[in-house]
Amino acid sequence: MERDHFRQVLQHSPFHDRIEDHSLIKNWMSWNGYQTPRVLDTLSAEYFAIRSGCSVMDLTPMEKYRISGPDSLAFLNRLVARDVSKLKPNRVTYVVWCNDDGKVLDDGTIFHLGEGGYRLCSQHHQLDWLLISSQGFDVNIQEETHEVAALAVQGPTSCAVLSEAGISGLDQLKPFGIINTRLLGFAIMVSRTGYTGDLGYEIWTEPRHALKLWDAIFGVKQRGLYDVRVIGLDALEMVRIEAGFMMPGDDFITAETAVRAEHDRSPFELGVGWTVNLKKPYFTGKRALIKEKGSSIKRRLVKLVVEGNKPPVDSFLYDAMKGKRIGTIMSQTWSPILKANLALADINYRNGKAPPEIWAEIYYQKELEWRATWARATVSEKPFWSHERRSATPPGRY
Amino acid sequence: MTKSKTIVLVGGGHNGLVCATYIAKGLGKAGYAVQVLEARDNIGGAATTRSFGEDSNGRGFKVSGLAHVLHSLSPQICTDLDLTSVGFMAGPSIETISLGLEGDHLMLGAQAVSGNSLSRKDIESYARFKKKFRSYAKALQPLMTNKPPRLKDMDRRDLITLTKLGWALRFGLGANSMLELLRVGGINIYDVLNEEFDNERLKGAIAADAVIGHHMGPRTPTTVLTYLHRLQGEMHSPQTLPPGGMGQVTEALANAARKAGVVIRTGAKVARILVQEGAVTGVELDSGERIDAALVISNADAKTTFLKLVGTQDLDAMFAHRILKTRTNGTVAKLHLGLAGLPEVSGLSVDQLGQRLLISPDMRYVEHAFNHAKYGEFSERPVLEITIPSITDSSLARGNHHVMSVVASFAPYTLKTGWDQGRDVFTDRIVALLGEYFPGIASQIVARELLTPVDIEAEYNITGGHWHHGELSIDQSFMMRPIHGAAQYDTPVDGLFLCGAAAHPGGGVTGVPGRIAAERILAMSSGK
Repeated sequence: MERDHFRQVLQHSPFHDRIEDHSLIKNWMSWNGYQTPRVLDTLSAEYFAIRSGCSVMDLTPMEKYRISGPDSLAFLNRLVARDVSKLKPNRVTYVVWCNDDGKVLDDGTIFHLGEGGYRLCSQHHQLDWLLISSQGFDVNIQEETHEVAALAVQGPTSCAVLSEAGISGLDQLKPFGIINTRLLGFAIMVSRTGYTGDLGYEIWTEPRHALKLWDAIFGVKQRGLYDVRVIGLDALEMVRIEAGFMMPGDDFITAETAVRAEHDRSPFELGVGWTVNLKKPYFTGKRALIKEKGSSIKRRLVKLVVEGNKPPVDSFLYDAMKGKRIGTIMSQTWSPILKANLALADINYRNGKAPPEIWAEIYYQKELEWRATWARATVSEKPFWSHERRSATPPGRY
Repeated sequence: MTKSKTIVLVGGGHNGLVCATYIAKGLGKAGYAVQVLEARDNIGGAATTRSFGEDSNGRGFKVSGLAHVLHSLSPQICTDLDLTSVGFMAGPSIETISLGLEGDHLMLGAQAVSGNSLSRKDIESYARFKKKFRSYAKALQPLMTNKPPRLKDMDRRDLITLTKLGWALRFGLGANSMLELLRVGGINIYDVLNEEFDNERLKGAIAADAVIGHHMGPRTPTTVLTYLHRLQGEMHSPQTLPPGGMGQVTEALANAARKAGVVIRTGAKVARILVQEGAVTGVELDSGERIDAALVISNADAKTTFLKLVGTQDLDAMFAHRILKTRTNGTVAKLHLGLAGLPEVSGLSVDQLGQRLLISPDMRYVEHAFNHAKYGEFSERPVLEITIPSITDSSLARGNHHVMSVVASFAPYTLKTGWDQGRDVFTDRIVALLGEYFPGIASQIVARELLTPVDIEAEYNITGGHWHHGELSIDQSFMMRPIHGAAQYDTPVDGLFLCGAAAHPGGGVTGVPGRIAAERILAMSSGK
């Protein structure tokens, strides 16, 4: 450690110098201890870079763990609810994992790196839980958050931009696939993954190559071929809600941090029951989940379209206008591309079903004066936003 | 239950045999066959008689392997299993004598104490103290002789237990005594004894009883509870030296088991408990042999049962972690001495030498002995519990030879220097200490063996070599023994049960965990 390292409260990622140049309004926040931009310039410009152009975001702060050793697969399969044995080399899968009571601790992705073992990416710090879960398994768990630099390059023109930057082989890369290739002589890994629900890639390399990677991508913009824009966390928040992706810790209390009874949530209650495989060998929480499956679901995290143009921030939800309270909006955004208020909400189910009517009580300000209104909300089972280009292989050259 | 009609008991110690017998009596008619699988070549687990110090003619000494004083075998079990008809002999009852250097020994009986150096006040206090503490122990009996109640999702049985416990505490003891029990229940024996007595050796002797076998000194909180645990035995029968050693007790239990139709196999070491889709299907022996079973009842300690035999892959991660983190490191070593004659203690008759002897001069001595254990060392001057069983049972040693059995505290499982280096040093230290009280004993020694916690672990298949299969501290007792989620004898794995000292109410040659486990299993199999 360097002398006086503690004076730097927030860490700088290997891309920091470049991001600093792009940050016009210096609106920073902490993401896992890294200085991360919320907005660099204009939120709507960043949002539309994701939906209509090419966006770049620094993923380095994301928690990353390398799982290796002879029992890696057995360990992961006992850790997560999904059957990892079906994951082939150079493929990625979305997973959730639970505590003993079948309540979700976190979600993330598992990358099958072939000979190199597996990479597990998670929203929150999981090292202690991974180590607790490793008892009895011949497995090596290494946190590699700070040893891997990563960029998310997302948007309709992302494939075109990366190809122009000199990365080859993207045409045949299917969603959730991985390729290992070289750029300007250094090794990179590209996965067709993201948090935007759109065409996009994540590029992984050693921190010492970070700036070369960045410059190669932004070189495409400098050459006048495509616009490429750095985005912050606020724009990401908008698109991940459009895509219907939940954020552990925001949309539900992770089981590890829940103190009160019934505040934690199971995968079924979060709408990710499709990742739970009760037929595979034992995994933590399986007993509890089998039991839960046998009874009708009590509550769900649902996707809601809320009518009107008032943002339903933290709104209570009712089964009728001025009816019985049934839940709360957990996160919400105005979707510029869908022209609608979208939300993720935690609501009580009745007899295993969503209430037939859902109303949001919305408080909003007009010239600093508070007003209240009611808006009808409807449950959407599908992601609000999805586009065929997300899964088209080869992706279109927009 | 699966289709198999076999019920397997892993481990043929006293609790396993007791449990097997009750189960065979309860389920035998339904066509179930009970098999006890014991890893060692003889039955009895930690309650066996072992041989050591054979000379060239094969003549050696016999001694109780671990526990050497029988003080708490449940009378209910003796009656239910009709143990006297199958060879059980409790043997002569003995008192505790705390040795003094100048011949001023203290005789500590169940009710009274005597000794030249004792004041009238201490003699009276002792009678009062024992009466009071026996009444506390009695008040706790509903809890100690039943399955520990689940605080969440109680069943009818739990309610009855709690009602009885509440009644015994409030009306059995009376309001003042109940308050006093609540006051002392969580504190240490050091403070309580200082309130009661003046004589240092008297306090030292009682304090030794509160901490022997535990990783605790007199000043450790909850040592009043461990003392009450020990008094459970004193409630109904005196302490005795079973003739033939502790092996005779488990032989009788094995006879009772066989009479009930139990098949006992020795030299049959279970390597794995087989689990499929969350339920046991049987066991696999280290020979590779597989035995299908409807139920598997484990008399092994919790770490062996869950982490070694079941394996973490079939358990929830936090459950496995909590089992891993239970405190199971033993702190007691067992020294066996083969002696060429009867050693002498000034002021003690031969009859008195045959009692339970303590070297525990005062509470500070005990606390200092424990201090070493905290830092991975054995005691500079250990606390010793000594018996010479050959005085009352000449079959244990040849001719005019004698055998001495010494429980030495404290000897931590994780010794800084390692026991390979420490074994002889500690043995010499114990022998030197014995020499202060038994002049010339060193020259009488013809054979000696020290069982450290590491040896106990290896020989008796007990994790950490802990006699009680895990500390009997309050956080590992009652509805938290071994951990909550497995404290009512049933476990997260369907068809797998615990019946040993790792379960409530814990260690000691009592048979009580085995009996309550059987009660629980029979109740569950009849759908209650």
